[in-house]
Amino acid sequence: MARYDRAITVFSPDGHLFQVEYALEAVRKGNAAVGVRGTDTVVLGVEKKSTPKLQDSRSVRKIVSLDTHIALACAGLKADARVLINRARIECQSHRLTVEDPVTVEYITRYIAGLQQKYTQSGGVRPFGLSTLIVGFDPYTGVPALYQTDPSGTFSAWKANATGRNSNSMREFLEKNYKETTGQETVKLAIRTLLEVVESGGKNIEIAVLSKEHGLRQLDEAEIDAIVAEIEAEKAAAEASKKAPSKDT
Amino acid sequence: MKLDLSGLQSFPSIPGGAVDDLGVDLFAAPSFQLPACSDFDGFQKDAIQMVKPAKGTTTLAFIFKEGVIVAADSRASMGGYISSQSVKKIIEINPYMLGTMAGGAADCQFWHRNLGIKCRLHELANKRRISVTGASKLLANILYSYRGMGLSVGTMIAGWDEKGPGLYYVDSEGGRLKGTRFSVGSGSPYAYGVLDSGYRFDMTVEEAAELARRSIYHATFRDGASGGVASVYHVGPDGWKKLSGDDVGELHYKYYPVAPTPVEQEMTDAPAA
Repeated sequence: MARYDRAITVFSPDGHLFQVEYALEAVRKGNAAVGVRGTDTVVLGVEKKSTPKLQDSRSVRKIVSLDTHIALACAGLKADARVLINRARIECQSHRLTVEDPVTVEYITRYIAGLQQKYTQSGGVRPFGLSTLIVGFDPYTGVPALYQTDPSGTFSAWKANATGRNSNSMREFLEKNYKETTGQETVKLAIRTLLEVVESGGKNIEIAVLSKEHGLRQLDEAEIDAIVAEIEAEKAAAEASKKAPSKDT
Repeated sequence: MKLDLSGLQSFPSIPGGAVDDLGVDLFAAPSFQLPACSDFDGFQKDAIQMVKPAKGTTTLAFIFKEGVIVAADSRASMGGYISSQSVKKIIEINPYMLGTMAGGAADCQFWHRNLGIKCRLHELANKRRISVTGASKLLANILYSYRGMGLSVGTMIAGWDEKGPGLYYVDSEGGRLKGTRFSVGSGSPYAYGVLDSGYRFDMTVEEAAELARRSIYHATFRDGASGGVASVYHVGPDGWKKLSGDDVGELHYKYYPVAPTPVEQEMTDAPAA
C-alpha cells in the first residue's frame, strides 16, 4: 500500500488515489465550517480557534468574498486556500470582462472544483488540502445557492452542509433540524449547528451573512453573543417544558 | 526586429499553475509565422487595402417595440464585376441570434459559425443561453486579437435574450458598440437616410419590416455595390423568422409604378385617297 501513495498520478490496485484521501484527512483536521441556505439569505459559519493574545484577529479572515454576490468558507490548509481564492477571484472578474455578466454560483464552483481536480491528475504537484463551502445568489433570478467542493474535485449543491472537524455530527444535527428558513432564523440554525461541536461564545464562532440587498456582512462578537444567548434561552425553555408534563404523572 | 505579441494573448489564460491542459484549446491566441519582409507595417496596410472594397453591401438592423428587424441586400461585387446576386448576408448563428455580413464573406461566415459553436458550448456548460452582450463580446475579443492581420468584418449581432432585444455592432478593428439602429456597408448612408426619417419605436412588425425593406431598396438604387434581393428578418422572444425576400428590381416598380404617358395625338389612318 505504501508504494502507491508517493506520486499523485498512481492508482492503487484497489482503485484508490491515496494522495486525495490523505488530503481529505487534512480537511478533517481543519476547523469546523457550516453553510446553511435559506429562502432569502445564506449563512456561513466557521469555528474560530482561540487567537493568541498578540495576534491581530482582523488579519485572520476565514470567510471571504469572491465577488459582490459570492462568499466562500473553507476547512483545511489555509495556505492552499489563499491560492485557490485568488484564482477564483481572478476568474470572477475575467468572466465579467468576457461576457459582461457576473458569474453564477454554479459556474465559479465548477471552476474551483475543476482546479482542484487538475491538481489530482498532474505530475509533480499535490492536491489542494481543503474543502470549500461556496454561497451566493444567482445574478438574474436571485435564487440563493450553497455548494461544496472537496480535494478530489467533485462538487454538489446542498441545502445545508458542514465540513472540517466533527462535520459528521454537524451534518447529523442539520439533517434532523433543517427546515426552510428566512433571515435571522437561518443565522440561528447555523449557529446552533456550530454550537454542537464548538465551545459556546462569540469569540469561538465567526459568522457571515450574505443577503441580496446588503451583500456579505460579518457579524461582530456582540451580535453573535446575543444570538447564542437567545438560543440558550430557547433550549432552556424547551427543557423546562419537557420536564413539566412528567411532573404531573 | 522582434515584435511584442503579448497583446494578442486572449482571455481567459490564467497565469501560474504547473499544469498543462489536455486537449485542444479553442481559446488559444492565434499564432502563425509573420511574413519576412522589410516593411511590415506597409505590408499590413496593403493587406487591408486589398479587402477594403469588399465592404460593398448594405445591411441594417434596428430595435423597436416588438423586437429586432434585420435586413440586407444580396449582391457580391469584385470591383465593377457583380460576382453574385444571391449571397446570404444574414447569418443564422442559432435559433435566437442573427449576424449580418459586411466585408470579407469568408471571414464573416467562418467567424459567425465559430461564434455559434462557442454559444452552444456556453449553453451546454452553463445550462442557460448566452446573452447577446456575451456573444458579441466573445466575437469582438476574437476579432481584436486578429487586429491588423487583414480580417475584414463589419457585422451586427442581433438577438433576444433574458434582458429583451439586443443589438451590437462589431468590426474587425476591434470596435464594439451597443445601439438601437445600425447600418453597415457602402450603401449605409442611403439606408440611414430612409431609416432614420421613418423610424418610430412604436411600430408593428409589418410597418418595421416595410421600413427596413424600403431602406435597403433605396440603398441599392443609389449604391452600385448593393443590389439583388432585399431580405428582412424579425427577431422576437421566440427566436428569428424570415419575413420576406424581394428582388429590388421588382420593389422599384412597386414603389414607382410606370405611369402610362398621356397620348397627345393618335395616329389615324389617312383617308383613302
